[in-house]
Amino acid sequence: MAATLFQKVWDLHAVRRLPNGQTQLYVGLHLVHEVTSPQAFDELRERGWRMRAPERTFATIDHIVPTRSQVRPFADGMAETMTSALERNCREHGIRLFDLASGAQGIVHVIGPELGLTQPGLTITCGDSHTSTHGAFDALAFGIGTSQVRDVLASQSLAMSPPKVRRIEVNGRLAPHVYAKDVILTIIGRLGVKAGAGFAYEYAGDTIDRMSMDERMTICNMSIEGGARAGYVNPDETTFAYLRGRRFAPQGDAFDRACDWWRSIASDPDAVWDDVVKLDAAGIAPTVTWGINPGQSVPIDLPLPDPESVPDPDRAGMHEAFEFMGLRPGHLMTGTRIDVAFIGSCTNARLSDLREAARVVSGHRVSPHVRALVVPGSQAVRAAAEREGLDDVFRSAGFDWRDAGCSMCLGMNPDKLEGREVCASSSNRNFKGRQGSPTGRTLLMSPAMVAAAAVAGEVVDVRSWTSPDNG
Amino acid sequence: MADSSIARIGGTAIVVRGNDIDTDRILPARFLRAVTFEGIERHLFEDERRAMAARGEMHPFDDAARSHARVLIVNANFGCGSSREHAPQAIRRVGIQAVVGESFAEIFFTNSITIGLPCVTAAPADVEQLMAVAEASAGASFTVDLVARRILVDSSPKPEASSLSVEIGLPETARSALISGLWDATGQLLDRYDEVERFAAKLPYLRWGSDPGLTPV
Repeated sequence: MAATLFQKVWDLHAVRRLPNGQTQLYVGLHLVHEVTSPQAFDELRERGWRMRAPERTFATIDHIVPTRSQVRPFADGMAETMTSALERNCREHGIRLFDLASGAQGIVHVIGPELGLTQPGLTITCGDSHTSTHGAFDALAFGIGTSQVRDVLASQSLAMSPPKVRRIEVNGRLAPHVYAKDVILTIIGRLGVKAGAGFAYEYAGDTIDRMSMDERMTICNMSIEGGARAGYVNPDETTFAYLRGRRFAPQGDAFDRACDWWRSIASDPDAVWDDVVKLDAAGIAPTVTWGINPGQSVPIDLPLPDPESVPDPDRAGMHEAFEFMGLRPGHLMTGTRIDVAFIGSCTNARLSDLREAARVVSGHRVSPHVRALVVPGSQAVRAAAEREGLDDVFRSAGFDWRDAGCSMCLGMNPDKLEGREVCASSSNRNFKGRQGSPTGRTLLMSPAMVAAAAVAGEVVDVRSWTSPDNG
Repeated sequence: MADSSIARIGGTAIVVRGNDIDTDRILPARFLRAVTFEGIERHLFEDERRAMAARGEMHPFDDAARSHARVLIVNANFGCGSSREHAPQAIRRVGIQAVVGESFAEIFFTNSITIGLPCVTAAPADVEQLMAVAEASAGASFTVDLVARRILVDSSPKPEASSLSVEIGLPETARSALISGLWDATGQLLDRYDEVERFAAKLPYLRWGSDPGLTPV
C-alpha cells in the first residue's frame, strides 16, 4: 500500500501499543547535550536504572560552552559545572562524548549529520526542539523534554502518538540572493507559527530537490518554528552523496545496501498526505522578521503589515510586537539600524553559510557601531572555513571569529545582547529576551543578509547592496 | 485507580493572556544554567514580571491574591518554541496543577503530560469567559474534571447564584494516562524490554556490519 516516508519509518519503529494507548517507538539515534540532560541522568540513578543501549546515544557540549576561550576550567563556573556533569554521566554510562578535545565538538544538530550519525530511516531524538534539523536526511527526528530524555536513556524508546503529515511543495527557481532561510521564513509566515501542531512537515518540490543538504537542514531546522515537531525531505542522490564516506555512515558494500533501503523508504508517488500546500519559489524575496515570533516576517521590499488588516485574534500580538520592537506599520525594514550582527546557530552556521556571508563582507569593514561575530556550527566547520581562509575574510572585516557553540542564538553563555540592542541574526528565534537581554531585539534573516547589514550598519536588501565580489 | 491518578483538579485560577507565549518567555534561557530543576519556579515569567513592574503594572504571578492558584488559564499556542521542560516544571512547582487554554504547542504539551500536568483545551469563547470570571474574582473556584471532560466554575459565595460549566478537550491517550495514573511512561516502556530488543534486532540499519556506530565504546 502506498505510504509516506513518515508512515514507513514510524511503522518500522513501532514496537507495540502501550497500555495508555500510545505507541512505544524505538529510537534509532539519541543525541544528548549538557543543558537538558543532567536531571534525566539523575533520575536514572535515583530509580536504579541502567542505560539499555548506550551505543545508540552520542553527546556533545554546545549550549553553554563559551566561544571566546575554551580553555578548561572555563571562566564561567556554571559552564564548567554543567560540562563536568555531562562528562561524568557519559563516563558512567559508556556514552561516546564529542568533547572539545575530540575535534568533532559542535552544535548537536550540526555534528550529527557531519559525522554521518544522522542517517535516513532512523528515528532520532534529542532534548532540543531543533532536532527537526535531522529530518533533512529523511529521518523521523523530533525534540523532546528532559523526562523523555530519561525515557530514551532508560528504554531506547518513547511513548508517542503519530502526527499527521502535511506536504509542502516548493517549485520554481529561487532568485539570486534568496536562500533556504528565506524559503522557510516565507513558509512559516504564510502558514503561521501554530499551523504545524499535530503535523510532521514533508518538504518536496523541485526547489527542495535542487537544494544541498545544508540548505535542506536550514529548512527542516525551523519546522518547529511553524509548530511542527518534525520536518523531513525524501532521500535522493544528494543525500547519499553527502553521507558517503562519513565517519559513522555505512562503509563499502554496506553503503550500497543502505542506499537501496534508503530509496525504498521515500514517500510513494501515490501516497496520501493529510494536507498539501504549494508555494512558488520564484516569488520569494529575501525575508526578515520584524516581530517577536518567527511568523512575523516580511519580504525585504514590502512595507510592514498593518495590525488593523488582520483577523482579531492576531491583532493584539502584532501590536505587542510593534511596541516591543519599536517599529511601525507601513514602514520598510531597510534602513533599520542594527547594533549586533550574529552569524551562527544550528540554522545557519555550516560551511556553505559562512561562505555566502564571507562573499558579502569580503573587502569591506563592519560598520563602526556594529558588534559582529561569526560562531561556526562545529569545530569541523571552523577548521574547514580556516582552510579556505574565511576566518581571514571575517577578521579583516572586523568580525570576531569564535569557537563553535550555540552562542548568541539563546544567550546561555557570555554572548548576549545588552539592553535594547537590535541584532541581525542568522538564528531561528526572535522571541522576546531570546538573545540574552530581556529587552533585546532580534531580526532573523539569511547569513548573507546579516553580513550585508553588518557592513551597512543597518538592514539592507542584499540584492541591491553591491560588494566588489558579487557585483 | 493508582495513587498517581489525576482526574480532578480543584482550586482558584490565574490568567496569563496572549497568544504564542513561548517557553523563552515562560522561563528565560539564562535560568537553564543549573543541573537540577530545584527552585526553577522562582524564575517563572521573570522577565515579563520585571518588565511589568517597571511599568507600574502587576503580573498575575506577582498578585498575592493569586499565589495559591491551582489552574492557569491561557490563550492559543501556549508554550511554543524551545523544548525546555524547565517551563512546565516551573509552572507545576509554583503550584499550578492544570492548564486550560485555546491550544498548546506540541512539545510543551507532551512535557506537561509526562510530568503529570494536564493541559486541556476549550473553545476560544469559553476560554474568554473563564478568564473573565477568574480575573473578576480571585476566589472563584474552578474544578477541572478530566472524567466528565468539563470545567465547573463557582464564582459566588452562593453557589446557585452563578456557576459556569465548560466543555474541555484532551487527547484520549493523555486523558486515560492521567486518570489511570499511567502518565509516567518509563515503567511501561521498560515493562517488556525483551520485546524492544527482539524488535531492534530486525531494524535494517542495526544490521549493517560496518557501521561503527553500533560498536559500544
